[in-house]
Amino acid sequence: MKPAKMPTEEFMTSGHLACQGCGATQAMRFALKALGPKTALVIPACCWSVIDGPFPHTSLKVPIFHTAFEAAASTASGLKAGLEMRGDTETIVLAWAGDGGTFDIGIQALSGAAERNENIIYCCYDNEAYMNTGIQRSSATPVGAWTTTTPTAHYKKRPKKKMIDIMAAHSIPYIATASVAFPQDLIAKFRKARQIQGTRFIHIFAPCPTGWKLAPELSVSMASQAVTSRIFPLLEVTENGLKWNVWKDFEPTPVQDYIKAQGRFRHLSDEEVAGIEKDVERNWQEVLAREKLSATIPGLDP
Amino acid sequence: MKKVIMGNHAVSYGVRASDVKVISAYPITPQTQVVELLSEMCADGEIDAKFIKVESEHSALTAVVGASAAGVRSFTATSAQGLLLMHEILHWAVGARLPIVLANINRAVGPPWSIWTDQNDSLSQRDVGWLQIYCESNQETQDTIVQAFKIAETVKLPVMLVLDAFFLSHTFEIVDILEAEQVRPFLPPYSTEVRVDVEDSHSFGNLASPDGYFELRYMIQKAMEQSREVVKEVDREFGEHFGRSYGLIQPYRCDDAETILVTSGTVASTTRAVIDQMRDEGIKIGSLKIRVFRPFPFEEVFEVLSGAKKVAVIDRNISFGHHGIFFQEVKSALYGRTDIPIIGFITGIGGRDVTPTVIREIADKAMGDESPEREINWIGVKR
Repeated sequence: MKPAKMPTEEFMTSGHLACQGCGATQAMRFALKALGPKTALVIPACCWSVIDGPFPHTSLKVPIFHTAFEAAASTASGLKAGLEMRGDTETIVLAWAGDGGTFDIGIQALSGAAERNENIIYCCYDNEAYMNTGIQRSSATPVGAWTTTTPTAHYKKRPKKKMIDIMAAHSIPYIATASVAFPQDLIAKFRKARQIQGTRFIHIFAPCPTGWKLAPELSVSMASQAVTSRIFPLLEVTENGLKWNVWKDFEPTPVQDYIKAQGRFRHLSDEEVAGIEKDVERNWQEVLAREKLSATIPGLDP
Repeated sequence: MKKVIMGNHAVSYGVRASDVKVISAYPITPQTQVVELLSEMCADGEIDAKFIKVESEHSALTAVVGASAAGVRSFTATSAQGLLLMHEILHWAVGARLPIVLANINRAVGPPWSIWTDQNDSLSQRDVGWLQIYCESNQETQDTIVQAFKIAETVKLPVMLVLDAFFLSHTFEIVDILEAEQVRPFLPPYSTEVRVDVEDSHSFGNLASPDGYFELRYMIQKAMEQSREVVKEVDREFGEHFGRSYGLIQPYRCDDAETILVTSGTVASTTRAVIDQMRDEGIKIGSLKIRVFRPFPFEEVFEVLSGAKKVAVIDRNISFGHHGIFFQEVKSALYGRTDIPIIGFITGIGGRDVTPTVIREIADKAMGDESPEREINWIGVKR
């Protein structure tokens, strides 16, 4: 992890419509600090289609084109092509979608854009459910979680979709995970992405205190624990999906501390929490194994 | 330069002449030759455009929406299922007031699978706010693409061109090919101040409360109403430049006609041949082709039809539970202003041939002493 200096310039203003402690809002603030004023956003249906502010106001100092739920990546592809044909090759087009718009309804357009290696940054701010519509499960919702469509008697039984693996399979030049609890790392990754041509995918872990039944002041702490408990590894995948680089330089914290702090997991028995701990460990080992495998592929940058 | 080309290639040549900057499309029969030729034209540098080869029609139209939002001229083409997959984004293009041009090759909708023509795909998109222009010949198709960009950019609404599958899309005809240099004085390069631009930052399409949304929809209707005159003016101006004009409607031998057959698309050509034959027999009959379906040319249609004693509307489509869709529109144009009987005929669905014999049967039924059903008569159904 190479921390960046925190830029002082702000591209997000007060007057936005986010809930207290909203991770998605912090994510946007940091991402724009990294990318700067020559950024044009494409936002599909998600919390950010509301957070932006009501027509005709906006809380961002950069342009936004709002688009349909499943259309972030394809709209961004077109916007980038249009800007280039207008002679503007400098503007960074940033597709900014939630987990529903990325893992679920938008995955087709995203897969298409990535396969074409469109020259865009696609960012998923992941709050692990359909929060804008009032906390319904998505394929990014973790095992064990309560949502309004996975009530405690029938909580989410399937694991979170492995989006990074899916994106790595598209052989795109840059993939990274980031967390609002590690803003300097997040900024460093966006800055790195800014220098690369082609499709860049950044997955930001962005807690939702409202949807997770969590006190707003614990938002950043939860984002931090998601990383240190190894639930959400901070990593980069470069060399067109082949080279995995995982951040390991931290003191691990217990998975159950993370689980027990959140109302959405309150119904889980000790046995069920133990099951989650086992899954977390397996997934962590899988990610490390990918990193080790990268080292055996000839011709990759060390 | 004159060339013998297929209808689909007439679309591509129209796009080539229009200085389009971004094209995005997904293949579907019977549209494929449109995008194949455009791919070649882009690859050969005949068109200075980016062609985004997407994974679905939904993405094709959203990519074009994104490009148009950047302020450049953009185009897509599709058919049937593809148009229906685009439905959500058809609305989006209108709400965002983007001057996109789309060519839809009319194809019947499944199931059962059909690749042959009827109008239910485009007519089921009647109320989304796109202008719709139904073409009859390859020359008209090429010319209408060029006109469509000028119309769209003037009224800030998207325009859909509609062509019959195979009967037009795959039929070869002589076309006077337009070159970009020739077209530029008529259709200058597109530029707009309303665009996504980091030097002039705005948020487009964010949440509008009931306090604001209503007026935005009112403005779309006003633009659509205004577009009727714009279509006429652009067509007139096109005529001045190139010697060809097409009108909102095309009446044929209607002046003293007692019976008028209302048509659209390629059925119009067949109908004219039948009209000539019947005129030779001394029958006072004419036909009226409706070229521009949205905005609907109420006044022009009324003008022509109000002199007739009977009107028969031929529909290659059906609004299930109602009637033929052109029939409904014609009826509403005459409602309260005349008591001329209007008779609806449904034929040619799923690409069934609409031959001169079929048209003659319709004409005879319409004129006959034995009154047919007023609203809906199915011609050629095997029972």
